[in-house]
Amino acid sequence: MKVDMTNVSENTMNISDLIYKYMRIEHLPHIWCPGCGNGIILRAVAQAMENMKLERNKTVLVSGIGCSSRAAGYLDCNSIHTTHGRAIAYATGIKMAHPDYEVIVITGDGDASAIGGNHLIHAARRNIGLTVIVMNNNIYGMTGGQYSPTTPHREFGTTAPYGNIDQPFDIAKLAMGAGATFAARSTVYHAPQLAGIIEKGIRHKGFSVIDVTSICPTYYGRKNKKGSAVDMMRWQKENSIPVEKAKDMPEEELEGKLVVGVLRDKEAVEYSEEYSRLVDAVQGGIK
Amino acid sequence: MSKKLVINTDWCKGCGICAAFCPKSTLEVVDEKVRRKDGADCILCGMCEMRCPDYAIYIKEEDDD
Repeated sequence: MKVDMTNVSENTMNISDLIYKYMRIEHLPHIWCPGCGNGIILRAVAQAMENMKLERNKTVLVSGIGCSSRAAGYLDCNSIHTTHGRAIAYATGIKMAHPDYEVIVITGDGDASAIGGNHLIHAARRNIGLTVIVMNNNIYGMTGGQYSPTTPHREFGTTAPYGNIDQPFDIAKLAMGAGATFAARSTVYHAPQLAGIIEKGIRHKGFSVIDVTSICPTYYGRKNKKGSAVDMMRWQKENSIPVEKAKDMPEEELEGKLVVGVLRDKEAVEYSEEYSRLVDAVQGGIK
Repeated sequence: MSKKLVINTDWCKGCGICAAFCPKSTLEVVDEKVRRKDGADCILCGMCEMRCPDYAIYIKEEDDD
């Protein structure tokens, strides 16, 4: 549908108020495949912004490269579509220049944990106040289905025609291991709870990572005979365990399951505040 | 305020997620587009809106006048 924005003063089209308010509707419908979960995650980000009444001029969305990273073109706030793997590096610069801004990174599993793996762990270690939302579809979708660091062991990709011999990363655990003070996991099936989790991540002072399992029926699904988008979302429904319940379960029962919810939420000194304290101390004479 | 279900068929890509997860099974996909089943009892819960990847289905609130 071609939308002429010049004469539109209010929402008279078949578009919900949330989407009309937060998306660049002239770029919709988006480029993502039928059944791709990324649109669901992006809607949850918009819902979190609406719930928090975030000022869009003080909100920055930073993305890298990949299917996920098209998000920066769709969400109507300050946004920048950066180079592969470097979204967190750009976001770090933005946060240091504007510590009062909410800086949100939307990235994919490959962008965050392969090409940008170092940026992820060091931003987590510093505890800089970014919110990193990973659209984790377990494959490189945009470039044609190559296996990524989150493709499960012995599953298939165009570059793993006989099965993947690597072990996968768990991005939430990786970030926690590197010192992230907020980490959560969710899925696109859990869309009704997702906006709330993203809101918690944005409100958290310090580095937040939200690993959202998306669905890629086009590449990951087809390569691994996971069925349609509906089948893949049903799998998420049947194989997710809330973190509160998982605490009392033995490890072998959690094998191959997704533990969803807030995995860690703790306080620690935030990097841009620490930097500002240092600047004040040096300019005023170190005491 | 009253509520109604709105479908934007221009944006619907026919993935079927809304129909599969509708708690009252009120939706169906025909020719790659979603539509309401005849006589279906929609409870306006909004689950379809939250899970639609394409923003093609939603609950609209309208002023009564």
